[in-house]
This record gives sequence, C-alpha cells and structure tokens, in this order.
Amino acid sequence: MLYTSLLPTILLLAVAAYFLGQRRAERVASAAGGLRQLHSLPSHYGVFVALCCALPGLAVFLVWMACEEQVITAMVAAGLPEALRNLPANELSLVINEIKNVAFGGFTASGGNPAVEAAAGSYLSHLHGVRNLVVAIALLTCLLPGWWALGRIDKDLRARNLVEGMARVVLFGCATVAVLTTIGIVLSIVFEALRFFQSVSPSDFLFGLQWSPQIAMRADQVGSSGAFGAVPVFVGTFLIASIAMAVAIPVGLLSAIYLSEYAASTLRSWAKPALEILAGIPTVVYGFFAALTVAPAIRDLGAMLGLSVASESALAAGLIMGVMIIPFVSSLSDDVIHAVPQSLRDGSLAMGATRFETIRHVVVPAALPGIVGSILLAISRAVGETMIVVMAAGLSANLSVNPLAAVTTVTVQIVTLLVGDQEFDSPKTLAAFALGLLLFFFTLILNFIALRVVRRYREHYE
Amino acid sequence: MNDNGTNTAMNASPNLLAPASDLKRRYRTDKWFQRIGLGAIALSLAFIALLFFHIVREGHSAFVRANIMLDIDFAEKHFVKENLAAADYTALVKQALTEAFPEVVDRRDKRQLFSLLSSGAAYQLRDMVLANPRLIGTRQQVWLPADDDVDMLQKGKIDRNLPEENRRINDRQLSWLDTLASQGRLETQFNTAFFTGGDSREPELAGVLGAVKGTMLTLAITLMLSFPVGVAAAIYLEEFAPQNRWTDLIEVNINNLAAVPSIIFGLLGLAVFINFFGLPRSTPIVGGLVLALLTLPTIIIAGRAALKSVPPSIREAALGIGASKMQTVVHHVLPLALPGMLTGTIIGMAHALGETAPLLMIGMVAFIADVPGSIGDPAAVLPVQIYLWADSPERGFTEKTSAAIIILLAFLMTMNSLAIYLRKRFEIKW
Repeated sequence: MLYTSLLPTILLLAVAAYFLGQRRAERVASAAGGLRQLHSLPSHYGVFVALCCALPGLAVFLVWMACEEQVITAMVAAGLPEALRNLPANELSLVINEIKNVAFGGFTASGGNPAVEAAAGSYLSHLHGVRNLVVAIALLTCLLPGWWALGRIDKDLRARNLVEGMARVVLFGCATVAVLTTIGIVLSIVFEALRFFQSVSPSDFLFGLQWSPQIAMRADQVGSSGAFGAVPVFVGTFLIASIAMAVAIPVGLLSAIYLSEYAASTLRSWAKPALEILAGIPTVVYGFFAALTVAPAIRDLGAMLGLSVASESALAAGLIMGVMIIPFVSSLSDDVIHAVPQSLRDGSLAMGATRFETIRHVVVPAALPGIVGSILLAISRAVGETMIVVMAAGLSANLSVNPLAAVTTVTVQIVTLLVGDQEFDSPKTLAAFALGLLLFFFTLILNFIALRVVRRYREHYE
Repeated sequence: MNDNGTNTAMNASPNLLAPASDLKRRYRTDKWFQRIGLGAIALSLAFIALLFFHIVREGHSAFVRANIMLDIDFAEKHFVKENLAAADYTALVKQALTEAFPEVVDRRDKRQLFSLLSSGAAYQLRDMVLANPRLIGTRQQVWLPADDDVDMLQKGKIDRNLPEENRRINDRQLSWLDTLASQGRLETQFNTAFFTGGDSREPELAGVLGAVKGTMLTLAITLMLSFPVGVAAAIYLEEFAPQNRWTDLIEVNINNLAAVPSIIFGLLGLAVFINFFGLPRSTPIVGGLVLALLTLPTIIIAGRAALKSVPPSIREAALGIGASKMQTVVHHVLPLALPGMLTGTIIGMAHALGETAPLLMIGMVAFIADVPGSIGDPAAVLPVQIYLWADSPERGFTEKTSAAIIILLAFLMTMNSLAIYLRKRFEIKW
C-alpha cells in the first residue's frame, strides 16, 4: 500500500517543497529589503528545493525497481531447504516461479509442496518487509536533502545557477539516451551472438551452404540436422532486395526528376505528399496485400505462361517491397536534385540543350552523389524490412537466385526463430541474434556511408 | 561534361540560326522522357488507389454480420438461482433450433442444423441473463450470431452454385437457411461485436477492441517517454551542446539510429527489457518502451529542425534584456518551436502505430482474447492483430483483416491530418 503510492508521494512532497522554498525566499527577501536583494527569483529557490527533495528519492525508487526481482529471489532462494537449493539453475528458476504463483494466488502445478508453501509465505513477508524499508529510505532521502536545501536559502544563494546547472545535466542525460540505445543494441546482440558462436564456428555460419536451424531432439530424427550456414539466407535477402530496388530506383528517380524539373508547382504540391502516403502505410498492410493478392496473381500469371511459380515467390515480396521503398528514393533524390544550383541548369539551357539533355548531362551528374546516398539508404531499408517478407516470402532456405522460387530472408529467419517458445541456451534461438548482428552492422555501414555522402554533397553546394 | 550534348547538336548544324536537323528528334526525346516521368508518378498513385480500393472492397463486409433470430424459451427448469452462469445455454439454443425445424430428427442432421449458429450464441444468451435475470421464465425473440460459413454465404463469398462437395455448406443447410431467410429470421446486421469484442478463434465473434485498447496503452507509454526525452535531447543538441567530438558522436548516432531496421529494436527489447530486467512479455509496457526508443530519433530530428527555424533575433533579444541562456530557451525559443515539435512527434507516433516487427520480438503475437485493462496485462496491438488474422486459415478472417486495416489506416489518417492541421495553424513564417 505504502509502496504503490510512493511515486505520487514523492511528487507531492516535491510540489510542497517548491511552495515552501518560494515562501521562504520571499520572506528572506522582505527581511533583506525587497525582492531585488535576492540573487535569483523566488521560483528558482522553489525549484531548487523541490529538485533537492525529489531527485534522490526518485533515484532510490528507480534503483529498487530495477533490482527488486533479483534481490527478493536471492533472499527466498537462500531460505529454501537444502535439497531444493542444490537443484540446477533452470530447475531452481521453475521452483521460484512456482513459489511466486503460490504467493500471488495463482494456480499451482505441484499441488501443495510444503516447502514451496512455506517459501511462498516467506516470499511475501520478505517482499513486504523490504518494500517498507525501501519506502522509509526513499522518504528519508526526500526529506533530509529537502530540509537541508530549505535551510540554505538566503539572499546570496545562487539558486538560478544551481537549478539551471541541474537542468543542463538532465538535458545532457536525455541526449545521451540515443547513444545508450546504440550501446544497448550492440551489447545485447553481440553478447548473445558470441554465445551462438561458441557452439557454431563463425566460418561455418558465414560460408555454410545449408540452413536448417532445427536441432534434433533424438539422434534418429529426420531432417533435423541443425545446419547453420547462412549463405542461402543472405542470397535470399539480396534477391528480394534487388527485385525491390529494380522497382524502386527507376520509379523513384523518374518521379523525383519529373517533380523537380518538369512538374508545375500545383502538381508538385499535391503529388509529393501523395507519394509520401506510400511511406506512411504500415508494412503489415503491404504484407497482407502481397500475400493475399499479388502472390496468387503472379502464380496465376505464371501458370498461364507455363511457368511454375512458387506461391511464396521472391517476386511478389520484392515487387511490393519496391513499391514501399519508392518514396524513400524519390523524396531524398528530390531534395538533392532541388539543391543543384539553378545557374547550372540555366547555363545548359542557354547553350541550346533541351531539358532532357540538361537533366542527363548536367543535373543528374551534379546530383549523383546525393542520389547514390539515397539509393544506399533505400537498400538498407529493403534489407531490414520485415513484415512484407514475413507474410509474403518463404520459410525454407533455398539457395536460389530464381525470382519465381521461394526464398527466405534474414529478417524472416529472425522472426521465425524468436516467435513462440524460446530457450536461451539453444543455438537455434541464439542464431537469431547472430543474424541480427550481421543485419545491424550491414545496415549501419550502409547508413553511415550514405549519410556521409549526402552530407558532404550538401556542403558542396551550400 | 555539360558540353557533350550541345556539342553534337552544334556539329550537326554549323549555321547557328538555321534549326538543327535533329532538333525535332531531340525535342521528341524530351517529350518522351517527360511522359515516362509522369508515368512513374501515375504508377505509384495507381498503386495507392488499387491498394485502398482492394482493402475497402474486401473489408467493408466485416462491418456487418449474419444474424439468426430464434425464439428462445428461458424456461425456469434450466436455471439454478445461485449460479446463473452455469446453466446450459447451448441447450437453449439447440432447443430453439429444434422447435424451428421440427422435421429434423436424425442426429447427423441435427448436428448440421446446430452448426448454423455460432458457438458465441450461447455466450450471448448467458450475458443477457446475467445482465437481466428477469428474462428467466419468459420467451424472447433473440438475434444470435450465425456461424462464419453462413456469414460468408450471406455475403456472397461462398458460391451457392458450386457442387455440394466443394462447398462448406451442404444442400440441406442451404434449404434451412432459405427457410429462415424467407421468414425474415436471417439478416445481415451491423456487427457491433467487431467493435466491442476482443480477439476470438471464431471469425464471427472476433473484434478489434482488445487490439485498439492495447495500441492506446502502448502508444501512451511511448508518448510519455519519447516526447519529453526527445524534446530535451533536441534542446540540448541545438541550444547548449558545445561543438566537440562527443556532440558529433551523438549527432551521427541519432542519424544512424533513425535508419536502423526496426526488428533490431525488437531484439534489443527482448534481450534487455525481457531477459535482463524480467519485465512481463507481450505487455504494453515493454511494447511502449521499445517503440519509444524507436521513435526517439525521429522526434529529436524533428525537434532540432523546429528549434533551428526559430530566428536568432529572438534569442538575441531575450539575452539582451538579461535573460539567462536557460530562460531564453524555456521562455522564448521553446514556445515558438513547440508546434513544429508536436508535428514531428505526431508523425513519429503514427510510425510507431504501424510498427509490427519489433513487437513480434517481444512476444506480442500471443493469442489474447481479453481486453487489456492496464499496461501490465498481456495485450495485442492493431498491426499485430492484422498479422495474426492474415495468418488465420478461415475465410472469415480475410475480411476481418481488411476491416482492421481500414481502422488502422483511419487512425493513421487522423493523426497525420492533425499534424498537417497543427503545422498549418501554428506555422510562423519569419
């Protein structure tokens, strides 16, 4: 009860501290002869006291939130009878789960093991005891610094500088969240991928030609060899991405050129946002459309022409992915084409070139680095795109470059390996992280190059 | 390099005043190129039109449902006062059907007759009785949901003229349905269950409320986390950050993060929030955290652009009359940049709303029939619901998928229109 209302209590205390600080500053001011005698505004003193009150308490609360699970579990595990405590780690975690189920009134599978019942009781009492302790500590860490800050208020306290300094630290902290996210991504993926490479050698993974990530439960099981050669997966990914780019590059580039060089401003003003709609449609919608409409249509068309087309052909997924990527190519290319100085065009047209000749020999060569950058960004989108391929591409890893065959992609494999029951000690689950690692670094490199190229290009003309 | 094109033209006609002999050809090429460009745009627009047309054509029928009206006899003998929920409501439905078709006696035929009604009919009766126990002892005409095959037949998605063995509804069932229809007891009515129900294994009972609510909870978490952090980060980078390596690193990082595949964020969520911090799988809290990290770069980039568009004269004026740097930003720059930041945030939220892949990674693909009540309950979100329904084999789920897509697109359009309105309404041209 106390614990659940801790957060609102801290916030309430902070509000009270603000008003107390402000009042006190006003009183100090009137004693010293008017507000002008104060170093800062009364509200600054209020905020100063409020921050001194709230921040330490919140810190205690957050730290506890993060580690409550581990602490309580360790305490309960220490109190278990000898026989249970010496179980292997995964069985022990089952027992702990059981204890929690009993403690929170959930159903029980073992049907009243007395040791578990006792442990559940001790779990609850530990939880209540420690939580009360945490509440006490948190409130103390609110009240003491708050009281201290209140006492420090006098006309020479540089409250504004202190408050602004704290605010700057908070702003800086928020800015580093992005860096922390990247570090989090790298660490979490690398860590799991390393565990994968302990059981499968990296060279087998990178150059193996067989991908069937099922591990045999019994020695004589059929088709569960557990091969982790990722080449077929990469080939499938690049096949679908190439088909997508074969659609997106011409259509996107031509649209961008038309919009920036030929189109009247009225057409441009509504055609540009209309193209952006394509980027706003959720990919799951594209996936549904590809799987339910485009794939059967292609199969029927193939049957009419006497071709055998897989029902989950790379062509269907690639075509729709290409449509999805058109706006990524067109809007970035449009920006860079727009940035080509008008004087270059004027010069070319004045020499008697037609608009097409100007575009071909002047505008496009001048904009080329930017266009290449936008294409690189689009490729990284295509490679990382998930839902379209999950819904419209196949699961089995065929080593094939035939666009009519079913192939699989990196993202499809990650999804199939991680959706459903997972065991975090089998190479099957960890393989997803190894694939994720490759995907992350591949797209990172593409993005990095693309962003650099585009940036350098912009600086060139600015 | 821009000389090549014009050179050839000049060589062809040394007299500059006479029109070049290939001038016509060159202009024709230009015309053709222009047409191809227009064609490329038309192609994209045609695709959008086709997609929308297709989705609406498939999905509009999910907003109605075939219902069958039966005379239900809530006889007292079926009910025990202490536990009304335990009564055998299926028996009530079966009895009413038997009364409607007294000529059906054979057990096999009876089973086929009963299969015309959805298994949800009994639940509907139970809810009616629990809400109003005075029904007991009366006879009521009640509209009950028909089975999804009947629903499909009513909507013309099962062809009556197929040979019987290829049809999911046999000839006898067809004749019963025709009888019901002629008595006015079989109608397609507005499908309220689609808006008030959670997910279900039965297409005729499945609804989007659970997914919509899960989406709202998830997006609320996302907004609460990513908006303040994003705005703060943008302010720091644009107004306070010193020009040094660390700032450069953060900038490059944010730009790269914006282009990282979303599924990678799902891997991060799985490894950090679920495996490391032990947060419950498949819940809006984890989904919201992951989507917050995903939208953060978008919001920061939009926020910086908005701050950049505030002219320096505003800052100089505030600083000139003695405001501190922080006061200048908080009192003068931020209020002017806020509309732009809000627009960027709404667009980021719209992206998060359509995001599916990272949520698959954190287990949001579980079948969840309940409508979630809090951020700690297992929940589905709209795009994942679409994915799940698209994967279901029943014919009835195809229209449900399209209808859910219509709802999702409606949400997206509302959000984007709001962003455009905000931009138009509050945009200041300096």
